[in-house]
Amino acid sequence: MDYFLFSVAAIIAVVSAVLVIVQRNPMHSALYLIITLLCIAVLYLQLSAQFVAAVQVIVYAGAIMVLFLFVLMLLDQENPIDTPSTLRYQNPVAAVMGLLLLVELLFLSARAQPPAVLTSGAPGSSPGFPGSVESVAESMFTRYLFPFELTSVLLLIGMVGVIVLAKRKL
Amino acid sequence: MTLTGIAEFIASFFGLPGSSSVWIVAVLAAAILLGFMLLTVLILIYVLRKLLGKIQARLGPTRTGPKGIFQTAADALKLLIKEDTIPVKADRRVFIVAPILVFVPAYLVYVVVPFGEGNHFIAKDLNIGLLYIVAVSSINVIGVVLAGWASENKYSLLGGMRSAAQLISYEVPQALAVLGPVMLAESLSMQDIVKAQGEGLFSWFIFRSLPLLGFIVFLVASMAEINHVPFDLPEGESELVAGFNVEYSGMRFAFFMLAEFAASFTICAIAATLFLGGWHSPIRGFLDNGWWTVFWFFLKSSALVCLLMWIRATYPRVRVDQLMEFGWKLMIPLALFNVLVVGLYVALGKGG
Amino acid sequence: MPSDYAYVALFAAIGVAFIIATLVFSWFIRPSDPSPEKLSTYECAEEPVGPAHVQFRVGYYVFALIFVIFDVETVFIYPWAVLLRSFARNGMGMFAFVEMVVFLGILLVGLGYAWRKGVLRWE
Repeated sequence: MDYFLFSVAAIIAVVSAVLVIVQRNPMHSALYLIITLLCIAVLYLQLSAQFVAAVQVIVYAGAIMVLFLFVLMLLDQENPIDTPSTLRYQNPVAAVMGLLLLVELLFLSARAQPPAVLTSGAPGSSPGFPGSVESVAESMFTRYLFPFELTSVLLLIGMVGVIVLAKRKL
Repeated sequence: MTLTGIAEFIASFFGLPGSSSVWIVAVLAAAILLGFMLLTVLILIYVLRKLLGKIQARLGPTRTGPKGIFQTAADALKLLIKEDTIPVKADRRVFIVAPILVFVPAYLVYVVVPFGEGNHFIAKDLNIGLLYIVAVSSINVIGVVLAGWASENKYSLLGGMRSAAQLISYEVPQALAVLGPVMLAESLSMQDIVKAQGEGLFSWFIFRSLPLLGFIVFLVASMAEINHVPFDLPEGESELVAGFNVEYSGMRFAFFMLAEFAASFTICAIAATLFLGGWHSPIRGFLDNGWWTVFWFFLKSSALVCLLMWIRATYPRVRVDQLMEFGWKLMIPLALFNVLVVGLYVALGKGG
Repeated sequence: MPSDYAYVALFAAIGVAFIIATLVFSWFIRPSDPSPEKLSTYECAEEPVGPAHVQFRVGYYVFALIFVIFDVETVFIYPWAVLLRSFARNGMGMFAFVEMVVFLGILLVGLGYAWRKGVLRWE
């Protein structure tokens, strides 16, 4: 049953991810991207990572997608600029990087053990199982305290960057 | 007779294996809540029109049935038999998907609404309950933008974008305001939050640690989230005709309306759950079990619904710049202040 | 035993099924008499001038980006809020509180900067 659900969600995610890049209309791409993001949330749930699944929906499907849609609105969709890309070297570099990532993934998935949650079946609703909000909080505010605080600096830099860019021209 | 009993009966009647009764329970629960959602919307619209009439010294609907009680049913029927037009210039695929993205999230919130004590009066008490509500209700922004865009109409696009800007501005204070109850109850599960308020009136979270502020921020931000007066700019008919749904007609339009009115009930239900003790009685141990809990829950939510209607009749619409500045310069700082004060209170080990 | 989230999936499926069923049902009983005028864009009886997909100003984008940042921040506060009391029980209440004050403080600097630069003003 778990395997079946995983396969369905994974296949839908991959298919709609492919559809995202083959669509001519950017809005249709956006629509398929939402499906991909929601399917990934389902995969997180299967790993019993409830918190991460909720965050996936809130931040990616709810916030980043809105940002994407706003960016699409910002562009002049009727008269797309049809000049050749100024970053000509981008394509080969992207291909090499993508290939590297694929090799890395294959290598890791050949070696890695499946997480304990998957093999031992879905955990009960007892608080504190790996993936619950409690356990995420536990490690975030003790073991990973410094990275957590650094995140706020990262977010601050993002915010300042936006303001500087928006204030300059446009 | 409980839902499980009915499910077992159905399973044995059709000769299904016993294990399937769990699924039948789930389907029954979903169907009941869907029916409940439609019924509340019918009642809500009728009460709203009658109450607005009373406040504005007129009668409201009178013609359909005694005192006009079939008015909304007639409206629903009208929408059902109305011609369904999709403008030729519209993007059909996106046009059709957009109402789904608005309606389904509004319905999904009902999964975790605790109507009463125990497991019978809640579809599923998810242990990330509140975070689930935040996640689900963040989807509808996309539906609104897509509806506005797909219609190929300047009014609807403007309405959609304004609406989206409003929705995202008030999503942050709304999500921050619910953190007070979370900190005090130590849980995201809706039932746990209600159970932490069982000691009578003064144990309700509206009165604990920093009184009122969280509740007010939540209610105001939620009103903005459901395009409620005075934040109903997206449908400002004098400048935008009707907002992002101008081109929608018939049932497709009805889904937007359904989602909006259903949300105005769930908002009140969630506010009652988080701040007003949910299904608990105001006096400790007094009529605080079984169906009485359902009564208290509905009493509190309906009181809030009426409060919203009163506000609707009283306030004029705000301007778009006032709306955005109110959200970012007042609501978010206030919500953060609330989080910090309640946080300090809990961190000092008080109210445990 | 279906998992808790099977309920959510079931509700979503029933919600979508309800929409489709209603549309199909109303398809049987509603009239369909399209005409070019009826299917044209509704802009108060005027012929639409130019494409509907007008270009929006950058203000919307700035608000969306600041929203993303605050949304991420809010999501980070949730686990903290759940565990704060148990931290307090272990005598680490103030430690956890100060952690969050630092986190929020850094972000409030950003909000203050945006405020002073006038980005939060809607023109």
